[in-house]
Amino acid sequence: MSIDKDTVGKIARLARIRVTETEKETLAAELSGILSMVEKLNTVDTKGVEPLTSVVQVKLPQRADVVTDGGIPEKILQNAPEQTAGFFVVPKVVE
Amino acid sequence: MTKLTHLTIKAALDGLKKKDFTATELVDAHIAASEAARHLNCYITETFDSARAQAKESDARYAAGKALPLDGIPIAMKDLFCTEGVQTTAASNILRGFVPPYESTVSAKMKADGLVSMGKANLDEFAMGSSNTTSAFGNVINPWKRKGDNRDLVPGGSSGGSAAAVAARIAMGATGTDTGGSIRQPAAFCGIAGIKPTYGRCSRFGVVAFASSLDQPGPFARTVEDNALLLRSMAGYDPKDSTSVNVPVPDYAAACGGSLKGLRVGVPKEYRVDGTNAEIVALWDKGVQMMKDAGAEIVDVSLPHTGYALETYYIIAPAECSSNLARYDGVRFGQRSAGENLVDTYEKTRAEGFGREVKRRILIGTYVLSAGYYDAYYNQARRVRKLIWQDFINAYQKCDVLLTPTAPTPAFAIGENTQDPVTMYLNDIFTIPASMAGMPGMAVPVGLSADGLPLGLQLIGKPFEEETLFKAGHALEQAAKFDVLPQLVAA
Repeated sequence: MSIDKDTVGKIARLARIRVTETEKETLAAELSGILSMVEKLNTVDTKGVEPLTSVVQVKLPQRADVVTDGGIPEKILQNAPEQTAGFFVVPKVVE
Repeated sequence: MTKLTHLTIKAALDGLKKKDFTATELVDAHIAASEAARHLNCYITETFDSARAQAKESDARYAAGKALPLDGIPIAMKDLFCTEGVQTTAASNILRGFVPPYESTVSAKMKADGLVSMGKANLDEFAMGSSNTTSAFGNVINPWKRKGDNRDLVPGGSSGGSAAAVAARIAMGATGTDTGGSIRQPAAFCGIAGIKPTYGRCSRFGVVAFASSLDQPGPFARTVEDNALLLRSMAGYDPKDSTSVNVPVPDYAAACGGSLKGLRVGVPKEYRVDGTNAEIVALWDKGVQMMKDAGAEIVDVSLPHTGYALETYYIIAPAECSSNLARYDGVRFGQRSAGENLVDTYEKTRAEGFGREVKRRILIGTYVLSAGYYDAYYNQARRVRKLIWQDFINAYQKCDVLLTPTAPTPAFAIGENTQDPVTMYLNDIFTIPASMAGMPGMAVPVGLSADGLPLGLQLIGKPFEEETLFKAGHALEQAAKFDVLPQLVAA
């Protein structure tokens, strides 16, 4: 299985990473190399094998559905690239 | 008297208790050594001032007879552990300047035991790499050099700064995280010991996530017993990590010592792969003999799916990484690159914030999780992962612990092995299977290559039986008597 430039563009768009035309070419070759390496897995007979989800426990614990912290908006916002009046600021989304 | 920076943690604790020296003297000696070794680039952020302040507090506790278990011991903290009020970068530009408002569970536990952090150790960006050459803060240099060759060597990765710091005697121990070999391979490259505990043994809360089903914190130190002291501090159940397991933490140091009589050591035939350095194969045979001499019974075992572990890893780890790293969008924390609209901002932020290897893995992960490929790639990899796990369970019917090489080669020069990503990935061929199965693995330095570089062996144990690893690892260490110093320190 090999990946072409258009596919790189498509997955880069899904991953929200801007890639240039030159990068697309390099990435297409590199990603194809990785995919041809993993191709080997198709030769393993996995009929009837359940996919492994966790190596430790099947059942995840549940805690009581209660608030355990909060009231720290300044801490939450302290690393934001842009904030105002207790909110994160992003570029305009709706015209 | 031995230089303070050359002591083991155990010997330093004895010296502190006997008032042979103070924690301030111990920490100051390590600060001076760190300043002299700055060219190794072990730390992204140095925290010498807080280290001095902590040492003072340690001294007060020693004077009052109220010392904590590991009071005053200087360590390096991998810059993947969030530390309250101290920049945490994961060696990525996207987190440059990020100052966590909270502390990871592991680093909090270590602080509570009196350990003193000297700084945030350099690593491969987001722990993705095997040579510490993907860090946005520059390469880490291994304190070891080949005989008659002045080229700088890599310390291994991803926990390269941690391993190099301990080997260079600028920290007595360090924290690392291991996803596919990121503790064990750098330990081998730097001639020190390190352990990746069983998945679930140490809390991942506050550790910047790479591949959540594989990531596991663990220690580095120059001796097996020092690792035992550090792991006891790091391990334990944490309600904030739903995959941490609620079982008691034993006194690992108590397991170091004694005969290996009755211990069955498995030698997996599938680890004799083509292309492994002949010296490492010879060292492995020597290690088997050492275990035998220590009283262990050697058994041949088979882990038939070993040859698929690397491939399985390079689907599962990128898949989880693509999902975990979706949070870096330039909105709530980290760097933002200005764009014309929100999507443009996301795309530019991530294009400029992430390095090449990280982008490559996010893209592969996005691809194998995308509609139409999810079952063929991701689910097939998870099925093969089940078979790899089953291999270990089956082998443990016949043996208690496995002995294998840690890495297929000794440390290589910066720039070697970078022609294509797949060559670099082969570094982790011996460490990835235990990661996929969640088994604990320990790297122990055993010998030197002909050109004077450290070589290590790996012990892999049963889930939550780290004590057996410490017992076997200690015996191996005693037999190997690895006491060569890196040129940087010996000079």
